[in-house]
Amino acid sequence: MRFILLLFFCITGVANVNGSTPTEVPDTMAERVKACTICHSAEDKVGRDAYYPRIAGKPQGYLFNQMRNFRDGRRYYPPMAILLENMSDEYLLEIAQYFSSLQLPYPDPERIQMQPEEIKLAEHLIYSGYPERDIPACSACHGDVLMGVEPAIPGLIGLPRAYITAQLGGWRNGGIMRGGKPDCMSAIAKQLTEDEVNAVAKWLANQSVSGKPSSFDVLSSELIDRCSRTILENGGAE
Amino acid sequence: MKHLAIIPRVSWWKNITLLWMCMILQAMAAEITAGEPKRSDEVNYGAYLTRIGNCMGCHTAKGGVPFTGGRRLSTSFGVFITPNLTPDKETGIGRWTQQDFWQALHQGKSRDGRLLYPAFPYTEYTKVTRQDIDAIFAYLQSLAPVPQSNPPHDIFFPYNSQSLLAVWRALYFKEGVYEPDQSKNQTWNRGAYLVQGLGHCNACHTTRNILGASQDEALMGGQIMGMNWYAPSLSSHLEAGSGDWEIDEIVALLTTGVTKRAVTSGPMATVVRQSLQYLSQEDGLAMATYLKSLTENEAGKLSGVKFSVMSGSLRKHLDLGGQLYQEYCQACHGADGKGVPGIYPALAGNRGVIMDSPLNTIRSVLNGGYPPTTADNPRPYGMPPFQQILRNEEVALVVSYIRNAWGNRASLVRALDVDRSKGGNDQ
Repeated sequence: MRFILLLFFCITGVANVNGSTPTEVPDTMAERVKACTICHSAEDKVGRDAYYPRIAGKPQGYLFNQMRNFRDGRRYYPPMAILLENMSDEYLLEIAQYFSSLQLPYPDPERIQMQPEEIKLAEHLIYSGYPERDIPACSACHGDVLMGVEPAIPGLIGLPRAYITAQLGGWRNGGIMRGGKPDCMSAIAKQLTEDEVNAVAKWLANQSVSGKPSSFDVLSSELIDRCSRTILENGGAE
Repeated sequence: MKHLAIIPRVSWWKNITLLWMCMILQAMAAEITAGEPKRSDEVNYGAYLTRIGNCMGCHTAKGGVPFTGGRRLSTSFGVFITPNLTPDKETGIGRWTQQDFWQALHQGKSRDGRLLYPAFPYTEYTKVTRQDIDAIFAYLQSLAPVPQSNPPHDIFFPYNSQSLLAVWRALYFKEGVYEPDQSKNQTWNRGAYLVQGLGHCNACHTTRNILGASQDEALMGGQIMGMNWYAPSLSSHLEAGSGDWEIDEIVALLTTGVTKRAVTSGPMATVVRQSLQYLSQEDGLAMATYLKSLTENEAGKLSGVKFSVMSGSLRKHLDLGGQLYQEYCQACHGADGKGVPGIYPALAGNRGVIMDSPLNTIRSVLNGGYPPTTADNPRPYGMPPFQQILRNEEVALVVSYIRNAWGNRASLVRALDVDRSKGGNDQ
């Protein structure tokens, strides 16, 4: 794991071993996003009072939408809003491209004990869903290998359980997106029981990363319609 | 983006990435071409003046439709909610006449004769000429009407009284268009007109009394009402006076947000992004000329205050901050605090760092941030938000250190000061 961190520091130029006065600043994106990488390093990271998810390798459109959502107050997290306040869409898109293109090794999966019935429940939700409760399979939107779908749907593998649980909780209580009409992920999360959230989060966190984000044509037109606000338009903007 | 619906599904979901990119480009292009084609000269000029007055800054909620209002301005007198300026007849200013609009900006009276609260800076806008105000009105009326009702102000007793407001106006509001100073040239007068009037610089760069009235017209600096930021004095060499700057550098700071020795941050960065980067060359020059003149006579009279020699214990205390500086700050700002011109600001000799109020420096360390993206600086370098990794005590140590290293001398900062500097950001 140290190796990964070192590698990341080399890539991003965060390390300054000799501490000398910089004479020339590299004209690179890595240098420009040092304000980001202090928290969003190669791994998910737990800071003093916040949790910083890994952003490297996430779909570009997803990252771009999230940055605009933070900046414009739709996704609520003041530190991100302040940081991005005076940034143009053009520049945010370039930053999204940069992080999206970073191919860094993922951390090892967690090893969480699960009962057979819990595994069964998780796999049912992930691969089949419960259409009668209006819950589509996770894989229907997040891709067969759950690594997300280009350009704007995030992957679900390679994330820790705590993050997945927190995100689902956020979708349920409206803490992730504010102001807009309720969208698909919020409605789906509200349908899930506590047990289902826990089972899915554990199961996902236990998987090893393999494969890449799927291309957009795997999505059904029905799901595109249902989630269009989130995945197509201006990050859920009106 | 209603056009999505009319694109046949078969073709769009195969090329969705392309489409998505295309939409982004369209959104970007929309901003550039908004309102075209065929705008009259008056509307074009009005659009420019509206930018320079930064009307949109307050009259747009975060992430909202431009000019539809709904932004909350928190002050010690209550919360003001900005109104909708689009020409919607029911919720905007669609029924207003040119005369109504003039009355609001020049006299601070609404269409129905109600007195307006000076949270709307008519105390400054009163200096704007009738011709300019008519042009702004023509531009606003050319916008697409957007129905949006905003909640009423929530003003505390007794400030919610119109008669009290009338008294306030009698005391502090002087109606009247800017009168040129005949002893100065045209450029200077144009600058004074913009700075004192439409630019309403004095709305922030002033100290306000207990009734919220600006104490002076001299841009003496002060805590910004409703914001946890200090707007430095533009008429003092110890703060942001620019008497010894080259005119070009002042223009560069106003229009690009960065210069070799300074970077705009906080609310000023927002003003540059939303407004000042659009200044015409002549107006940039005019504002710079006027601002420079505010401290021109002071040039060379830098503070001669002598500090006592540092005690050993103080030095030890500062060394703790120095260690943090080495770990977190030095990679960008350098061991000598000189930074990298135009990219990472120098801290040594930086007036923003050593001025009496440490608030902005503390906030910069806590929140980090990027200078505004502007035409001349579209890909700025940024500063990390260190509150994510440093405790209040550590921020206090490192700010105390940079305020007293490399020849800097200023008061020490306590963890309590850091705590008080948190929050209070506008919505």
